[in-house]
Amino acid sequence: MKNKQKSIWVFGDYRNYYQNRVTLQLISKAMDLAKSINAEVCALIFGYEIEEWIMEYTAHGADRILAIDDPALKSYSTERYLAIMEALVKERDPEIILIGATDFGREFAPRLAKRLKTGLSADCVGLEIDATGLLVQIAPSFGGNMLAEIVTEYHRPQMATVRPGTFKEIPHDNRRKAQVERLSLMKGLPQPRVRLIEYERCAEKEHSIENAQVIVCGGRGMGNKNNFVKLHELARLLGGGVGATRPVVYAGWADHNSLVGQAGKHIKPKILFSFGISGAIQHTAGLGEADFIVAINKNPQATMMKMADVAMVADAGDVLHSLIKELKRRIRE
Amino acid sequence: MLQLVVCIKQVPMVTELPWDEKSGTLRRDLAPGMMNPACKHALEAALQIKEKYSAHITVITMGPPAAKEVLYEALAMGADSTILICDKIFAGSDTYATSWILAQAIKKQCANVDLILCGAFTSDSETAQVGPQLAERMNVPAVAYVEKIEVNGKTLRVRRIVDNFRETLEMECPALVTISMENYLPRYAGLGGLQRAFGEHQIDILDAAALGVGVGDVKQEGSRTKVRRVFLRKTDKENVFLTGVAVNVVSEFLNKYERKISTVIGKSIEGKNRTNEE
Repeated sequence: MKNKQKSIWVFGDYRNYYQNRVTLQLISKAMDLAKSINAEVCALIFGYEIEEWIMEYTAHGADRILAIDDPALKSYSTERYLAIMEALVKERDPEIILIGATDFGREFAPRLAKRLKTGLSADCVGLEIDATGLLVQIAPSFGGNMLAEIVTEYHRPQMATVRPGTFKEIPHDNRRKAQVERLSLMKGLPQPRVRLIEYERCAEKEHSIENAQVIVCGGRGMGNKNNFVKLHELARLLGGGVGATRPVVYAGWADHNSLVGQAGKHIKPKILFSFGISGAIQHTAGLGEADFIVAINKNPQATMMKMADVAMVADAGDVLHSLIKELKRRIRE
Repeated sequence: MLQLVVCIKQVPMVTELPWDEKSGTLRRDLAPGMMNPACKHALEAALQIKEKYSAHITVITMGPPAAKEVLYEALAMGADSTILICDKIFAGSDTYATSWILAQAIKKQCANVDLILCGAFTSDSETAQVGPQLAERMNVPAVAYVEKIEVNGKTLRVRRIVDNFRETLEMECPALVTISMENYLPRYAGLGGLQRAFGEHQIDILDAAALGVGVGDVKQEGSRTKVRRVFLRKTDKENVFLTGVAVNVVSEFLNKYERKISTVIGKSIEGKNRTNEE
């Protein structure tokens, strides 16, 4: 084939559109990358009654849209989407495929990469095109304390899942046009082997702290369980979650679910409050991607205090008490 | 009796490692290792299935000879047999290659497997890709981020929460699950258990030849990605210290960062004495 137009594909992950606009962010980044390799940006939408997403992705910059609108695609199915994507990629041969690093994306993308016999990097926090036209994928490792530059040199497509919130979407513009291809669902797709018995939407806060924007962590410096429990009140005021160190979990002040660090969760909040935590490596290993750290400790020499953006040298319990009181007052106003 | 295979990984017990330019790999040998936490949860899930329904648990890891340590720990926790896949030609494998090698070992040693359990992700490279890719290699149905498993004959009912959906799914054995860290709190190996494991068990070591894998196969199914370099995330923090009485420290802090906090939490905590707000 001569001078075939290169294409960057963005998988349309629309299920949690109102909380998570990663697809729009990826379309925007793909437009950016497309300039360097002279490619078009193509968004894929599989589902039922998907006009809304076709309009949305068009208004946010896609050049082309491949849409399959079929009642059989009413709910997300990894296996169905895999079969569809595999067929489309083999037919059209995109240069790059970007997929949001949602739970769905991170289960779907590796299986697709295996079927396409190509490379995949995970949860990227940076993407660029190098001098040779390769996609350089910057992926976090070791709880985000380290970053790796990854390339897929000899296989196509180059694939990456990308952390939501990494790139900025471009503003909605109704005047934008895309070439919309409405395809019909391929015949003879295998019947999914995993059966969805029931599902319901649940509130975000019910689930883990791994995706919380604000996390209030407490350590032994909280003194006792009663003090520790008050961290939940602060977390509620801030719309965040509560994390804990290992000694605190062992003492029974907090559930194992809230353990942050090497043996627990890796967290990536925009703001982390760290109350009475000295900063042993078992804990700090989970904090590599905390954006802004506020540490409260009587001991200014504590490791946690040196890692912090703001370090308050004071009794953790006293600061917690004042902070809750002051925030309540300010929010009421 | 159910045949369970748990795939585990030994990970370095550190938050950073030096990058070796020459070999293009991290100097993992410099750090003490531990069983990856999510893998431990997967093993715990297998142990609970064994207690409830009776099962045989084979634990597999790929790594250097030192990775034996995590297999002994697995035995001490209650696993029945172990396999260490160890060969220099497997070093530096990405998830594409790793899933292929694991699949070769399972097909060879545990051909009648009913359920493969993996940790949802590792604490070092954090890709969460090996489990799903192994499912493709084994051509079995799979569910990731599982929090609860019930077994009914050869039917598996699993629960999970993904992207804010609480889901209940079913599939038939043989199948694969990756286990999240929400549930299945791992038990302790205990010193006695460890001593017994060291005393009573022989760890089977499989190299490429034992797996029936040649250099050509490794090329064919080998890594697709290349790590160009690994570097420390740079941190240029201001590290502001606030000292004094708690009440004062708190109001100093809020006054200084009220805008930042308001933006993140999506509601205003900015003081009233500020100028013209909209």
